[in-house]
Amino acid sequence: MTVRTETPPQAPRQAPRNAPSLRHRLAERGIDSQLLLLVPAMVFVIGLFIYPFLYGLGLSFQPTNGGGPLTEYKRFFEDTFQRDTIWKTLRLAIPAALFNVLAAVPIAYRMRGRFRGKRLITTLLVIPITLGTVLTAEGLLNFLGPAGWFNRVLISAGILDEPLRLVNNYWGVFFSLVITGFPFAFLLILSYLSGIDPSLERAAATLGADWRARFRRITLPLLAPGLATTFCLTFVLAFSVFPSAILVGNPTGETRVISIAAYQAAYEQYDYPFASAIAMIMGAIEIVIIGVVLLWRSQFYVGSTGGKG
Amino acid sequence: MSILQAPAPTTSETGTPRRIVASPAAWAVWGSVVLFMIFLVGIVGSVLVNSFGTRWFGTWLPQGWTTQWYSQAWTEFDLLHVIIVTLQVAVAVVVLSVLVGVPASYVLARRDFPGKKIAYLAFLLPIMMPPITYGIPLATVLYKFNLAGNLSGVILANLVPCVPFVILTMTPFIEQIDPAIERAARMSGARTMAVFTRILAPLLVPGILASCILVLVRTVGMFELTFLTAGPDSNTLVVALFNSMNAAGIRAQQSVDSMAVIYVSVMMVLLVVALRFVNPTQLVAQVKEDQDS
Repeated sequence: MTVRTETPPQAPRQAPRNAPSLRHRLAERGIDSQLLLLVPAMVFVIGLFIYPFLYGLGLSFQPTNGGGPLTEYKRFFEDTFQRDTIWKTLRLAIPAALFNVLAAVPIAYRMRGRFRGKRLITTLLVIPITLGTVLTAEGLLNFLGPAGWFNRVLISAGILDEPLRLVNNYWGVFFSLVITGFPFAFLLILSYLSGIDPSLERAAATLGADWRARFRRITLPLLAPGLATTFCLTFVLAFSVFPSAILVGNPTGETRVISIAAYQAAYEQYDYPFASAIAMIMGAIEIVIIGVVLLWRSQFYVGSTGGKG
Repeated sequence: MSILQAPAPTTSETGTPRRIVASPAAWAVWGSVVLFMIFLVGIVGSVLVNSFGTRWFGTWLPQGWTTQWYSQAWTEFDLLHVIIVTLQVAVAVVVLSVLVGVPASYVLARRDFPGKKIAYLAFLLPIMMPPITYGIPLATVLYKFNLAGNLSGVILANLVPCVPFVILTMTPFIEQIDPAIERAARMSGARTMAVFTRILAPLLVPGILASCILVLVRTVGMFELTFLTAGPDSNTLVVALFNSMNAAGIRAQQSVDSMAVIYVSVMMVLLVVALRFVNPTQLVAQVKEDQDS
């Protein structure tokens, strides 16, 4: 489908040589003036993404108070208050991402066909994603708070004697990650599922496979790469949790996640090398976890029957 | 054994009426959907109710109703200025990201050249990375060049995920336009510029419109990057909301909530506009979906 010779190379006419001109030879390899259209975007990505990233990487090896290049990293890992942020973040992000993906699978599987109101449901699910974590945090404080509607209903129904403590701790952040992350996971998995050819399942049904066998032997293997992709994306969202960890969490205690540590280093202590080091550690952990998941994903069948990420 | 799926899975696909008595699995699925919706309504509803209430403590609903919190929030948080800043940032980001992104996606869709994969990866990375990870080095660089802390810094930072987003949404869109049309135009003597303005632009309008709307929604809702680069005069609505929530105790909760309601209504207007042009799934990611709507 790619059209290589849209602009016929206009070789200079006054130079009848045997060897084609440089311009012609470059055009043969797919390089001509049309590629200039790519230049603004490349300049932009290099200037605003790659350069800052490398700058941050370089900065993280130049400690403010002198010392070896790895001083800032050592400082992070030797201070338990800082080091624990990794564990706290993972303790939030992995369960939340797993929950979102695992809860989305049966619901998406139910809704994979066409039915009335499907567009309404998907629209409703988009709302928490558009509202973002800040508003979700504000709503959760009101709704799940000690005097909020949630606790009032449970107390009036006689299920509880005293209100559950659901905000300003681990669970507040967890709920906010589910509220924003679940619709995201659901919509992705739904679109992967609707990409799987339904005739495969019908063929299995003809051969006598029951519901569970069809799901386990047909749908799940085809869906698995998509599940891995969805897990990665929701994990990345949950790992970088920032506003809700401050607002509905306990930002000095159990939900002091790694992004709060990076923010405090940069904007409260103005220690940019240390902040860059934390950001690099954060990026490295993400890459490691995504790498593991994608490695596991590469074991699956990736073909044209859909469900691929 | 408790999971019984009485109708064949094809029923939902062919559209035959479902049975009213559903299996336990169906009940569990629909139950959790309803539970999620209740949470959603509770979250948005309690903010909405609180913003109109006079005093709300220990009862189901506030004791009285008032709109004074809105006028208070409007003056206290200087919301007119905040909304103008939000609009300026959003419009600038949309225009710039389309201007930079669409030509690049044209090249990526139509051409094959050495290093195409690397270029593609470079455009993919800013979307895959969470904003807070690259936001801190980016803000450091922008502060070094005195670009952060004002409107230009906020716009530049917000462009980072938006330009790749436009490229990734427009590339498949351009791929599906028949290249024969362009070749025909070239045979008739059109130059690249004319091909772009007279042939491609009209065909691309729906795609550009869709990606504009998506970028608009993302920019208005983008918290982290704006938060890291904004100065006192360049806060967008969502950052102003966060700041007023974080400085709790100084202001009445209701006044913060009324700002939240204003934010929600802005987002809802955008969302309603967006859904006229795009599929809900597109707000999440660019995934190919069969045309079923």
